[in-house]
Amino acid sequence: MADTFEIQGLHVNIEDKPILKGVDLVVRKGEVHALMGPNGSGKSTLANAILGHPKYTVTGGKILMKGESLLEMDTDERARKGLFLAFQYPCEVPGVRQSNFLRLACNARAGRELDVMEFYDKLGQKMKVLDIDEKFMKRYLNEGFSGGEKKRNEILQMMMLEPEFAIMDETDSGLDIDALKVVSRGVNELRGPGLGILIITHYERILRYINPDFVHILVDGKIVKSGGSDLAAHLEEHGYDWIIKDAEPVSAPAKGR
Amino acid sequence: MSTALPDQVLRGAYKEGFHDDIKALRKVAKGASHEVVDYMCDVKNEPDWMRQFRHRSLDLFLKQDLPAWMPGLRDIDYDAITYYMSPVDKSANRWEDVPEDIRRTYDKLGIAKEEQKLLGGLGAQIDSEMAYHNIQESLAKQGVVFLSCDDGLKEYPEIFKEHFAKSIPPEDNKFAALNSAFWSGGSFVYVPKGVKCDIPLSVYFRINAEQFGQFERTLIVCDDDSFCHYVEGCSAPVYTTHSLHAAVVEIFVKDRARCRYTTIQNWSTDVYNLVTKRAFLYKNAVMEWVDGNLGSKRTVKYPSCYMVGEGAHGEILSLASADKGMWQDAGAKLVFYAPNCTGRINSKSISGHGGRASYRGLVQVNEQARNCRVQVNCDALILDPVSRSDTYPVMEIDGDLATVEHEASVSNVSEEQLFYLMSRGVKKEDAVSMIVNGFIEPIVKELPMEFAVEINRLINLQMEGSVG
Repeated sequence: MADTFEIQGLHVNIEDKPILKGVDLVVRKGEVHALMGPNGSGKSTLANAILGHPKYTVTGGKILMKGESLLEMDTDERARKGLFLAFQYPCEVPGVRQSNFLRLACNARAGRELDVMEFYDKLGQKMKVLDIDEKFMKRYLNEGFSGGEKKRNEILQMMMLEPEFAIMDETDSGLDIDALKVVSRGVNELRGPGLGILIITHYERILRYINPDFVHILVDGKIVKSGGSDLAAHLEEHGYDWIIKDAEPVSAPAKGR
Repeated sequence: MSTALPDQVLRGAYKEGFHDDIKALRKVAKGASHEVVDYMCDVKNEPDWMRQFRHRSLDLFLKQDLPAWMPGLRDIDYDAITYYMSPVDKSANRWEDVPEDIRRTYDKLGIAKEEQKLLGGLGAQIDSEMAYHNIQESLAKQGVVFLSCDDGLKEYPEIFKEHFAKSIPPEDNKFAALNSAFWSGGSFVYVPKGVKCDIPLSVYFRINAEQFGQFERTLIVCDDDSFCHYVEGCSAPVYTTHSLHAAVVEIFVKDRARCRYTTIQNWSTDVYNLVTKRAFLYKNAVMEWVDGNLGSKRTVKYPSCYMVGEGAHGEILSLASADKGMWQDAGAKLVFYAPNCTGRINSKSISGHGGRASYRGLVQVNEQARNCRVQVNCDALILDPVSRSDTYPVMEIDGDLATVEHEASVSNVSEEQLFYLMSRGVKKEDAVSMIVNGFIEPIVKELPMEFAVEINRLINLQMEGSVG
């Protein structure tokens, strides 16, 4: 229990429209899971709902982290407990310096004022792994960043905050091959027994660099197939159509709803 | 979003709202009268031309009506105001010579003697008169003059008379007339040719009396190729009645000189703050107004740059934060009379708890001002549905080849920004404060360090409980 992130029968609406219709998923520390699915299947909804975005209403089910229910917690509390989301479209916050923001966030996560020198040492190391220039820290949070810079910044934050469970929402979208390699290098460095990762992606491409232990396919708000990393390769070759057809018989309403 | 916030939270947050019992040495009867003018001229021992000027100004004040666009001032009871009152009869230039009860007030406000060390000069006005005015020896040796305006009139009558009321005559507006009639205190600054006064001259204005009118007058002359940075702050007690602050600030920036004037206005919400500020810029001169308005019941103030010499550059950075019970009618004016000049206005306003912030701006390019460039940015951040922001920009362009850019934006603290920051473990109130401070950062970074810290503190206090 202490090492699991567990989603049980999760139902989520946007306004009154059901998007997730009973998702079950267990991620243990040390594992990398990939969640794939066609556009509109509910992948990003899942990511946002897990962090408690106010636009997404959970209408049923549970989200448990280390046995503790997240649904009653505010977004910031979930984050301080060790949950992280790398955003598909990171937000620009003008006038807020990267370095100030990161320090405040790291202090919040640690629950204490971190030593300034230690913080900057660590920051320097992580920036090196991600090929991030020093000047970057003086800039305002994501303001005027290219798509690639924003994604790299997400991984930098993830490396600094040292989450126990991380969700990466389409981190690969909009990245060229070099940037993808850099980002993957960062994720692979983080990979280990203390971290469970859920990679949300439309394409198999990123999974060539970050090899998942498990692959799940989300179609129309439900996980319709789970397997090993070979499932991703199969998808790349055959597309989603065969699975959607395959999935039809089980798309009946979830039990108990 | 809830906007409920108990009164005492805001009142408690205004730490300058105390008042002290300080005995008035000089005090006149209430009301704006010619007798008061005569009394002031007598005790100040002023020349006849000033006496005549004051009387003429008072007539103008009594006669002049408020402009129709200036609402929200009709309920000022001019008869209830005391127009001159002072606990001191002279300005000391040693801190030890300032009466003890006044020093105590300034200690509470943190205008400690130590601060002088970081400053080129320090002045402290309480009610009508400057209690203290001093300048560093190194600057004095270079000929920099930093006196109370009254002492400026006495000691430098020629420079004084040459510039006084030349950029803002009493006819300019009702409150300029009011100030011209009852002016007292403020600063007189003269920076000689080529002298760079690179440490700021700072003045703090305090109203202590109740139902009182403070009318300081500041005259700054930066001679050719010189530089000076003047910084002013202010505060007042919280009473249940109203006070009036109607200052006039005139600045003359001569050829190739540069002047920066920074204001952090933090009056209590008892104070009507009605100020006229204008700079004349000569050939290739640079003027920068950095104007922060955080307090007062009502502020009407539009720092202005009049480009009278070719190639001048005028810049106004304006920051207004309107909390409960406040209406900040702030803005800027750029007026071009000469060719090849440039100007920039950058205005940021925040309104919360039902406060109202207005930007009122004028860009006027006259016919003889060819080839001028102007850039105006005004951004408003509205924190809750009961608060308000307005923009009233006026552009009058007659000069050829003028380039004028105007950009305006109105925004709220966005749900996406909040979610993003909170997803990193940052608490909601800290996230709001980060977004708001980020919004004003382009202006705050122009402020001297201790002011920047103070602004961030004040804004954070005002924002408490405003989004949630």
